[in-house]
Amino acid sequence: MRPNGLLKSCILLLPLLFLSACKAEVLAPTGDVAAQQRDLLVISTLLMLIIIIPVMALTVLFAWRYRESNRAAVYRPNWDHSTKLELIIWAVPLLIVVSLGAITWVGTHLLDPYRPLARIAPGKEVGQEEPLQVQVVALDWKWLFIYPQYGVAAVNELAVPVDRPVQFTLTSSSVMNAFYIPAMAGMIYAMPGMQTTLHGVFNKEGTYQGLASHYSGAGFSGMRFKAKATDAAGFDGWIAEARTASKTLDRPAYLQLEQPSENVKPELFATVDPELFPRIVNLCVEPGKICMAEMMAIDKQGGAGLAGTINVSQLTYDKYARRGTRAPILGWDPFQVTGFCSTEELERMLTAQPASANVAPVDQTPLRGHGLTQPGSLFGRSADPALTLALPPVGAATKL
Amino acid sequence: MATIDHSTTFLLGRLNWSAVPTDPIVLVTFVVVAIGGAAALGALTYYRLWGYLWKEWFTSVDHKKIGIMYIILAIIMLVRGFADAVMMRIQQVWAFNGSEGYLNAHHYDQIFTAHGVIMIFFVAMPFVTGLMNYVVPLQIGARDVSFPFLNNFSFWMTVGGAVLVMASLFVGEFAQTGWLAFPPLSGLGYSPWVGVDYYIWGLQVAGVGTTLSGINLLVTIIKMRAPGMTLMRMPVFTWTSLCTNILIVASFPVLTMTLILLTLDRYVGTNFFTSELGGNSMMYINLIWIWGHPEVYILILPLFGVFSEVTSTFCGKRLFGYSSMVYATVCITVLSYIVWLHHFFTMGSGASVNAFFGITTMIISVPTGAKIFNWLFTMYQGRVRYDLPMMWTVAFMLTFTVGGMTGVLLAVPPADFVLHNSLFLIAHFHNVIIGGVLFGCFAAIAYWWPKAFGFKLNVFWGKVSFWCWVVGFWAAFMPLYVLGLMGVTRRMRVFDDPDLRIWFIIAALGAALIAMGIAAFFIQIGVSIWKRKENPDLSGDPWDGRTLEWATSSPPPAYNFAFTPVVHGLDAWAEMKQEGQKRPKAAFMPIHMPRYTGTGVILAGLSTVCGFALVWYIWWLAALSFLGIIVVAIAHTFNYDRDYYVPVEEVSAVEGERDLQLAKLGA
Repeated sequence: MRPNGLLKSCILLLPLLFLSACKAEVLAPTGDVAAQQRDLLVISTLLMLIIIIPVMALTVLFAWRYRESNRAAVYRPNWDHSTKLELIIWAVPLLIVVSLGAITWVGTHLLDPYRPLARIAPGKEVGQEEPLQVQVVALDWKWLFIYPQYGVAAVNELAVPVDRPVQFTLTSSSVMNAFYIPAMAGMIYAMPGMQTTLHGVFNKEGTYQGLASHYSGAGFSGMRFKAKATDAAGFDGWIAEARTASKTLDRPAYLQLEQPSENVKPELFATVDPELFPRIVNLCVEPGKICMAEMMAIDKQGGAGLAGTINVSQLTYDKYARRGTRAPILGWDPFQVTGFCSTEELERMLTAQPASANVAPVDQTPLRGHGLTQPGSLFGRSADPALTLALPPVGAATKL
Repeated sequence: MATIDHSTTFLLGRLNWSAVPTDPIVLVTFVVVAIGGAAALGALTYYRLWGYLWKEWFTSVDHKKIGIMYIILAIIMLVRGFADAVMMRIQQVWAFNGSEGYLNAHHYDQIFTAHGVIMIFFVAMPFVTGLMNYVVPLQIGARDVSFPFLNNFSFWMTVGGAVLVMASLFVGEFAQTGWLAFPPLSGLGYSPWVGVDYYIWGLQVAGVGTTLSGINLLVTIIKMRAPGMTLMRMPVFTWTSLCTNILIVASFPVLTMTLILLTLDRYVGTNFFTSELGGNSMMYINLIWIWGHPEVYILILPLFGVFSEVTSTFCGKRLFGYSSMVYATVCITVLSYIVWLHHFFTMGSGASVNAFFGITTMIISVPTGAKIFNWLFTMYQGRVRYDLPMMWTVAFMLTFTVGGMTGVLLAVPPADFVLHNSLFLIAHFHNVIIGGVLFGCFAAIAYWWPKAFGFKLNVFWGKVSFWCWVVGFWAAFMPLYVLGLMGVTRRMRVFDDPDLRIWFIIAALGAALIAMGIAAFFIQIGVSIWKRKENPDLSGDPWDGRTLEWATSSPPPAYNFAFTPVVHGLDAWAEMKQEGQKRPKAAFMPIHMPRYTGTGVILAGLSTVCGFALVWYIWWLAALSFLGIIVVAIAHTFNYDRDYYVPVEEVSAVEGERDLQLAKLGA
């Protein structure tokens, strides 16, 4: 056989690769985070090529040189060991993996999606302006973007000013999904009952594709949106336009919006219930239903006792029924636990920010682990600050 | 999709007319399959083959026949899985410029789910299990596996699972969740009908078979090696099989348990993986990947063994670095348990967790790389004969290296953040599964076919198949790498950017080439059988092999070896040939062999019925068939007629014939 036939086909494909480069958003992103991710991609590829290219070349060379018909080649049927070679074939890949591992450790921490950005572009520090906050909800099958700082919301349309860091907090209403704008920053999952965070920035004006990258059901393919990166004035204009929209988004309107629909056109909402996002995360948009935070707080203090076991009501909300679901054939009818916190307590609970490990932005230039905190000792660690924060204040038990 | 009638009746559960597919594509498939099936059954009846098949094959406990049946199952399911792949490729070329393509979401989503499930569980798994079944006892000089009945039972359970998955095509629907059925999407709330239940029971029935066969082969390798064959004298294929079966035994129970929890959520209303009432779907994601990653190595390790055997045989040389090969295999086995989180870096774990799992993943590439080098240096200063198995091996080395590289790339979490769920990922795992597992299976078929049937495979059609597969693979999956870098993600049914289309067209052409490769493979087998007299293997050692399976005749007698061979070193058969060891001609003894039994078929049949009844909520049938399983299993323990002795006359007759055959060859 001619193994170089294979090689030929690879070589033939290469120019095609370059042709497509202008469209390859992953390789030519317009956001600083995606650009750094791309850099890591390229560095790792080059590092690996140090070993991949010789291996492939040697494979072709040996396959050709030691073919049976080539009687000129040396033939040593009993040669099966060489300590030197063994050392090389274990050590060289190991060395590459060590370097790659170092890059990975540092890169993973610096490009952690939870970490606030410290720069908006190479050499450009983040200004005084606070990051734009966008709350993202994956619905069936469209994206809801809430702008808590401006009190507006949009479906399937994301407007972002360039060169201003954006902090996305994400959740989902029903099933798992993943939020992905290839040109801006990596993807992150949006999951029901959970909240994730992603930081990103756009460096160039334009309209970019945004999509759902984790399969979420029948309407998944149409779950796309346009991400519009504009200058500050354009963004203010967009906010003003949103404020004049005819629709508003309160809890009943959200429950309407949450119903499955496909290929949804972009839509704007002039006002948003500020509690809406925390309620979606806590699975308690429906009136009367207990919030997860509330339930966890009660459980933490020993639970509601016998009273808690009967504190359920039939699930009248049609979230499941609309999909043709009945109760599990051998189980009970769907039910929900009723909330019983006072409104003020609940509000306090929902507005409390979850403790994040990465609060301080760090300098990401150059990619050297510069500014990362030293890892704490495995044994001599003091109490986890996140845990201390979560402890209920003294006397909280009596209030509930 | 027609409206589904969810009402249940006592007699048929929720099975009613809405279960009959109305989709014209499925209907046509159904008619074709029904006609083809009826023709096949008719032919079997006409030629009176039922009795022969039942007596000689279905009830057989001979590891060789079971191995062959596993591989036949894998090839049949490969056609089904590939048909799914072709339908996806056509849809993705079609659905541009506002067109919805020819598949609706309900159908398309079932297709990609079924494609993954079938290719992993019912193509790759039976392939490797079949190979291990056929080859391992021969390589270690044993007469059968440790538990021959269990082996037959395991095979039929795998068939039962396959039957359930195939039944979903025509009765009801299959899951629309992706091949791992992540909740909450796979929960009752979002997948209310039978699709996920088919998935669950299909995998549970087949999973019993896989786990039991893992235990069986593990015990066989530990306990039944020929005298003198210490662990470090085992052939590499046996070593990789040992590690694979350790992985199976340790990881399949996790899959079973995870699916049981999902079943409880769906049937009893528990909340392990729902979002409500304290459930958490992340538990499922973790559990399923704790099984899922070792599964990847379950698939590839035996093929690493195949490539090792093929390389050293066709280079006419000892394997370079045997012990480093063994340690590499063991390293991979251990490490495969601490990398599972790399499948979901993007699900919000902290940076330290992601970095840890990224780095452990990279570390696996070191032993894997060592293996590649070992094959490379086996070729070095060898005398490489390019028969089909060796061609597949060289193609593997070139293809798999690229797949390995993109795999390490995906293990860098920041890179994974832009490539996860993209077609780059799809290209990567097809690159290693096709380039590694499937190429390995074809190498193994070409390599051991003469052993199993006594004649070699046709070379011309083999080469046609080889080139179609290799070129087809590169054409089908390189565009997917490109598309991944363009930010195109997986499982999409329609596209809006017309510039992407050309890449999908190239990929579809690649798939067409692969289709030709599959066709050529079938022609190759047909022609080889037709002209089997032209390519006979009388010596039992057509490739100048090095391990014990080549010491016996092709095909081997039911008892494999008249005398258990005694092993003095690595490459036992090569050594025996070198020393000119003579075949014993007399003093044969009666050989103790297990008796065939139909219990495995009956038990697996009942399990399949039970699974079907549970899918459709037909409780009386489920209870009855479950009771049947218990009764038959207990009754089987009272069957004391389980073994027999091959009489000395028969042994000496068979061996005498073999002597004549060898003498003719020598003359």
